[in-house]
Amino acid sequence: MHEMSICESILNVLKDQAREQNFDSVKRVCLEIGPLSGVEIEALRFGFDVVMRDSIADGATLDIIETEAAAFCFACGKPVIITARYEPCPKCGSHQLQVTGGEELRIKELEVN
Amino acid sequence: MCTVCGCGEGEVQIEGKGKAHGHHHHGDGHHHHDHGHDHDHGHHHHHGDDGALDYGAGEAGAAVPGMSQSRMIQLEHDILSKNNAYAAENRAFFADHGILALNLVSSPGSGKTSLLVKTIEMLGERLKSYVVEGDQQTSADAERIRATGAPAIQINTGKGCHLDGHMVGHAVEHLAPQDGAVVFIENVGNLVCPAAFDLGEAHKVAILSVTEGEDKPIKYPDMFAASDLVLVNKTDLLPYLDFDVDEAIANARKVNPAIKVLKVSARTGEGMDAWIVWIMAARGMALAGHPLGTAAE
Repeated sequence: MHEMSICESILNVLKDQAREQNFDSVKRVCLEIGPLSGVEIEALRFGFDVVMRDSIADGATLDIIETEAAAFCFACGKPVIITARYEPCPKCGSHQLQVTGGEELRIKELEVN
Repeated sequence: MCTVCGCGEGEVQIEGKGKAHGHHHHGDGHHHHDHGHDHDHGHHHHHGDDGALDYGAGEAGAAVPGMSQSRMIQLEHDILSKNNAYAAENRAFFADHGILALNLVSSPGSGKTSLLVKTIEMLGERLKSYVVEGDQQTSADAERIRATGAPAIQINTGKGCHLDGHMVGHAVEHLAPQDGAVVFIENVGNLVCPAAFDLGEAHKVAILSVTEGEDKPIKYPDMFAASDLVLVNKTDLLPYLDFDVDEAIANARKVNPAIKVLKVSARTGEGMDAWIVWIMAARGMALAGHPLGTAAE
C-alpha cells in the first residue's frame, strides 16, 4: 500500500508547480503508469481522492494512461511486449529479457486554473 | 507547442491541406482562422486584436470541445523524483566516505535481523558495521543489533510500509558512520513497497527463507528485479520441508537473469562465509576511487 505515499508525492509536486507556474487550483491530473511500476491503479485512485481532499487539487479528475511493458529479448535479439516481469519471451520462451519500458510513474500533464 | 497533444510548431496541421503526419484535432480550432468570413450565428468566438477568429487564443493556446480554457501544463515529471533526489544525496555521501550501503529487503519473518546479528559478529574488526532499522513499531530490532556492539538507529515508520530516501538520510546523519564502513539498512518487512523507493544504497539484498514458498520471486517480481543478491535463509530447516531450492532460484532468475543467489543459515552459520566474501567484494567496489581504497586490503 505505498499508493498513499505516491499520492502524497503527487500532491507535493502539485504544490511546487502551483508556486512555480502560478496557479490556484488543479482540475485534472493526467498520470502515465506502467504495468511494472509496482502501483495498483485502483488503490491509487482511492488514495488520490483521499489525499487531494481540502488541497489545491480537491475534487480533481484523475486520468491514467496505462503504458505497455516492453523488453528486449537477448535470445531473439528483438524487442518484445510483455505484461509481467516473470514472463518469458512470447516468441522464443527465453527468460533472458531486459525490461525496456513499463516502469513509468509520471505526471504527464495538468489542467489548472 | 500545442498544449493538447504536444506536437511542435512545425507539425501544426491545417485541416484539408494533407500534411504527411495526419495529425488533426478535428473541429478543435487547432488552426488559426484569419480569414474574414461573417458569423451571424450566436455562439461565442474568441476574437483576436485584428478581428481574426482564434479558438486557440485562450490560456491553453488551443481549444478542445467540451474543455474549458483553463491552462494545460505538460509536466512529464517523475512522481518519485523527490525521493530519488534524497537517494542521490545519500549515494553521494556514501561515495564521498567510501561507505558500502546495503538495503536488506524481505517479507516479515524471513530472519533478517538474526542474519544481520550473525553477519556483524562475523565481520567483527574487519569491517565496522552500522545499522538503520526500519519497522512500523518498536525499537526491539535496534536493541538486538546494539547488543552486538554495532551502532544502530531505529526508524519507526508508523503506518508507513517502507523506508524512503529522506528518512534514511536523517538516520545516517545521526549514525555518523566512519569512512570505509558498511551501513546495513534493514527495510520494513514487506516485499512490495520498498522496491519502488531508492534509498541511495549500492545494492538491494533480498532475503527469502525456506519456510516461504518457492514462488515468492514470481509473486513479488518487482523486489527480485530490483535486487542484486538473494540470500536463501534458514537452510538448516530444509530436511523438514518440501521447499525446492532449485525451483526458488529458477524463479528468481526468471525475473532477474543476473541475480546472484547464496544459500545461508544464520542459525548454524552454514553458507555465511560466502555472504561475508560477497560483502567484502562489494565493499571493495565502494572504496574504489576513495582515498582509503589505495591501502592494500
